[in-house]
Amino acid sequence: MKGLGLRAYAIAYLIFLYAPIVLLPMFAFNDARIIAFPLSGFTTSWFEMLWTNVALGQAVRNSLFIAVVTSVFATLLGICAARAGAMADFPGKRGVIGFIMLPLVLPEIIVAVSLLVILVQIFGLNLNNWSIIAAHTLICTPFSIAILNGAFQNLDPSFEEAAMDLGFSRFEAFRLITLPLVMPGIISSLLISFTISLDEFIIAFFLSGANPTMPVFIWSMLRFQDALPQVMALGTILVTLSVVLLVTAEYFRRRGIARAGRKDTGGFL
Amino acid sequence: MAFGGFSNPDSRRAAALIAAPFVYVILLLAVPLSAVVLFSFWTQDFMSVDTTFTLNNYRRIATEPIFGVLLQRSVFVAAMVTLVTVLLAYPVAYFVSFHVEPGKKSLWLFLITIPFWTSYLIRVFLWRVILGFNGVINTGLQQIGLIDEPLTFIIYNVNAVIITLSHAFAPFAILPIFVALEKIDRSLLEAGLDLGESRFTTFLRVTLPLSVPGVVAAVLIVFIPTIGDYVTPEQVGGAGGRLVANMIQTQFFALNNAPLGSALALTSMAMVSVIALGFVFLNRRWLRGRR
Repeated sequence: MKGLGLRAYAIAYLIFLYAPIVLLPMFAFNDARIIAFPLSGFTTSWFEMLWTNVALGQAVRNSLFIAVVTSVFATLLGICAARAGAMADFPGKRGVIGFIMLPLVLPEIIVAVSLLVILVQIFGLNLNNWSIIAAHTLICTPFSIAILNGAFQNLDPSFEEAAMDLGFSRFEAFRLITLPLVMPGIISSLLISFTISLDEFIIAFFLSGANPTMPVFIWSMLRFQDALPQVMALGTILVTLSVVLLVTAEYFRRRGIARAGRKDTGGFL
Repeated sequence: MAFGGFSNPDSRRAAALIAAPFVYVILLLAVPLSAVVLFSFWTQDFMSVDTTFTLNNYRRIATEPIFGVLLQRSVFVAAMVTLVTVLLAYPVAYFVSFHVEPGKKSLWLFLITIPFWTSYLIRVFLWRVILGFNGVINTGLQQIGLIDEPLTFIIYNVNAVIITLSHAFAPFAILPIFVALEKIDRSLLEAGLDLGESRFTTFLRVTLPLSVPGVVAAVLIVFIPTIGDYVTPEQVGGAGGRLVANMIQTQFFALNNAPLGSALALTSMAMVSVIALGFVFLNRRWLRGRR
């Protein structure tokens, strides 16, 4: 059978990819303060400690607020760009779209530094959740565009033209015809932007001021030996949540492709 | 934006639509980056910023050894991570593209991308658990009696940074190579085999050259962000594994020297751009030379 060696290699590679994550639940339920083998016994006390951690609760609320607002803003900007991308060309269009996609290839620390300089050093503003939302919208928009491009380019423009010929206004045609057809892409974009924002650390670290987000709070927990089992418990919850979110996003993406009558060609990006 | 050359109303509507994200990127990226450039030519004067134009920050970066060491090490680590990631990723991308049935390809890609979407901080921390002195590898090897003392060359140094980053950026390398392999016309491979090439020489002379655009994209996608990584060196790098991003953060916060931090950020960005553009240029010449 050909490709057997390759298949074995690919499976070994998957094991390498998943190896760290498999450790999470082991230590999250392990009844010991030190993160090392051998495991000692089963406990759920780390999860209970998380539940009563007030500062963590506040950080999670900050992160959720930032991630929800970011995903809406990034998706709105993404809809504008992806729809424009599927419409007629104008001079410089490729350059403009390339420029909007630039944050995708820029090291995140550059985005963090530049916003810190302009907000704090130049304008002397106080940092809060909105400074992080502004930065996260910047880095999530290219992802949103990449996802929505698929949805908008698969669309047959004659649907909307037909609706306008039948007397609908341009906006009504968009709302009644196009929007439902690209809705799976929009949901997928919202979920991906939400996931990116929720997990983003370095920008939030530079811009969070006195009000940490969840990753910034986790970062401070990593310094304390005693807090490490709680980090493992929190990690287990987060991994479970992001897998659920991703499976949902993938489900909607595939439904979108099925709705547009296309064949599936791959994952996100 | 001038709409003079936009004769078609559809073009005009497209331009108007794209104005919103375009203006957003100008305000939140282009303007702040210009501010960083401006700042890098100023100096920190205790608590205030001296706004007379000077090249002092860049002179310090060029002359003080600590900055040179950090920049060189960052480039070295990013280059090693890129090499390891792309070499390990290519066979996986090849396998998924050529040996997995079409219906199962997206499942494989999905499995490959899932770890990438889980908390980055915690994934990096877990490598500390795996590689640490009483970590998984060391206790495991001690229990089966292969070693007596914990291995020290795998944690709190550059090696640990390279291992951890290679894991973190794996999906970034697989996806572009996979896309390039998918585009290859399969009849070219049959032609190669029919003309008497072996399976291996067909791969070397047909598949590999045709997949080069994907490899180039993978190299850039891994190289550019790894050079600016802060989390991994801080967690597993120890004192000898610090990279330029850690120094940028120190300048901005602990040392309260935003101008020098700005100059350092711009220097590293300029180095990344020069290396990336040089790589793309050399690659073009090499591909042209083969024709």
